[in-house]
Amino acid sequence: MMRGLPLIGLAALVLLPLTGMGNYPLHLVIMCLLWAYVYTSWAVMGRLGMTSFGHGAFMSIGAYVVVMGWNHFGLSPWITTPIALVLTAVTALLIGYPCFRLKIVGHYFALVTLALSEIARMIIVALRDQTGGSLGATPNTALADSAWSLVALQFSSKITWFYIVLVVWLAGLWIWTRVDRSMARLALEAISHEEDAAASIGIGVTRLKLGVTLISALMTCIGGVLYAQYQLYINPESVSGIGVSLQMVFGAITGGMFVRLGPTVGAVFTLLLAEGLRLVFGHDIHGLDSTIYGVLLVFFIVFLPKGILGSAIEIRKRRERAEQRAAAA
Amino acid sequence: MAIFDIFLLEAVLNGVLLGGILALLALGLNLIFGVIDVVWICYAELIMIGMYAIYYLHVSYAWPLWLAFPCAILLVAMRGVLLHQFVIKPVLAAEPINQLLVTGGVLFFLQGVATLAFGVEFKSLGVNLPPLALGDMQFSSARLVAFGAALACMIGMYLFLTRTYLGTAIRAISQDRAIMPLMGVNPNRIFLITSALGGGLAGLAACLLVLQYDIHPAIGLSFGPITFLVCVLGGLGNMIGGFIAAFIFAQFISVGGFFLHLEWGYVIAFLFFIGFMFWRPRGLLGGKG
Repeated sequence: MMRGLPLIGLAALVLLPLTGMGNYPLHLVIMCLLWAYVYTSWAVMGRLGMTSFGHGAFMSIGAYVVVMGWNHFGLSPWITTPIALVLTAVTALLIGYPCFRLKIVGHYFALVTLALSEIARMIIVALRDQTGGSLGATPNTALADSAWSLVALQFSSKITWFYIVLVVWLAGLWIWTRVDRSMARLALEAISHEEDAAASIGIGVTRLKLGVTLISALMTCIGGVLYAQYQLYINPESVSGIGVSLQMVFGAITGGMFVRLGPTVGAVFTLLLAEGLRLVFGHDIHGLDSTIYGVLLVFFIVFLPKGILGSAIEIRKRRERAEQRAAAA
Repeated sequence: MAIFDIFLLEAVLNGVLLGGILALLALGLNLIFGVIDVVWICYAELIMIGMYAIYYLHVSYAWPLWLAFPCAILLVAMRGVLLHQFVIKPVLAAEPINQLLVTGGVLFFLQGVATLAFGVEFKSLGVNLPPLALGDMQFSSARLVAFGAALACMIGMYLFLTRTYLGTAIRAISQDRAIMPLMGVNPNRIFLITSALGGGLAGLAACLLVLQYDIHPAIGLSFGPITFLVCVLGGLGNMIGGFIAAFIFAQFISVGGFFLHLEWGYVIAFLFFIGFMFWRPRGLLGGKG
């Protein structure tokens, strides 16, 4: 029974847009999946003791390279996405290699990567003549006389976007699982507990950390591309800087970064919280969602450090074990 | 030499003034980290709360500034104590990164509360100190006041830490947390006092910043990151290192902004920071890891 549950859930999700739901609920589902994918990308490295506050930089590289390439040079996102991925990889290596070689961990790693995401934001703002600065940028529309354009990666139908994002989200979960089941994960967990001891038993600390960082950064970059192409509007605050970086960190933590669907639960939870409060209290009350979110975050980190889903799974396992013991006795 | 002109000198001197403010911002954070080993990610948001307090006391209740300032400092100091007692203390034994993250929750909370209570509009105190002219150069007198206050604060903090019993206890506990309880020092009391001091410094920073900047709920995000970077560059927890780092950063921003754009000044400063971290991972003056 429990084993069939994920399949049933997935089938329900695949059929969801065919129920003729309105555009707005569908938009919410797409945003949930998109952020779930981005939070999952962050958790790939975040769960292994590398708390990065710099993922805003990777997301903004994806978003801005694609939009700028299209607007200024007429390059299709299919050409610019690989360029963005290369740029992201170079950035991740440039920041990661020295960090891991010099054992910059914990607070220091968080704050060094924070500088990275702020640099990305400042560069976007400073290049305002090209990027539009704080006002943001919109990719030139290719939808003037057709409903979709594969070359421009623009689709007017939300259903198309739903399936694109669904596939990417599933791919993200698949990568998460591959990393989770690899030997590297065990080695990295050892590293996150006691780096020197791990190195002494022959674990290549720098190489492993760099590998996971690369995977995580490249996934986040793809998230940025999708965000820009779906929203058709980006600005420095929404894809770079400390704000969105913190959003990723806390989204993953809220849901539980140590379990596969944890970041997804975090994304659904935060989005439903904001939307639910908006429905109940109306549009005029600003800040209520982040007030409640802040209190909940403190609560989670103090009492449920494993997040919503992580704690739920733990409680269920404990109960099952107790039942088994009762049955055996 | 066209490059060394009077405006460059003006930029350098303005950088020195900016450095004073950054040094004050970094001082409180370094004190907290040095003693409690916790980074308050919400430090800049505490300053924002202080700025709002001053705004409402002065504009809505028409209190004079000399009365509003001490009240704001006290208020933020109390916030610091509350923050430690109810948020930091429960996770003191947990993984160090959790202590950093839990204050991130407070960051969202304070931003949300400020938006809820005060709205998203920019609010200005409406106090404009006249600019100071020196030859052809112009200086903001608010910055000059801030610079003076920051220096005075730094000297006061130094004297407090080296000349008083309490200061000695604080320094001792930052050197060896495990042994001090055996010497008859109550760590929790010292932590609370340190949190109050750190909060008080944030309150003081609020007084100086409110003279220069308009207040809005997201203002913390604009000078929070740079404060953390100044602390890390100087060596987290190292107050003298932070002091020096503040002036280095300020010069990059001010002079870089003079030659290019203000944002490029920040970009150069941040790039310098990352490069520097790879050269000396523990910051300018070493410090604790």
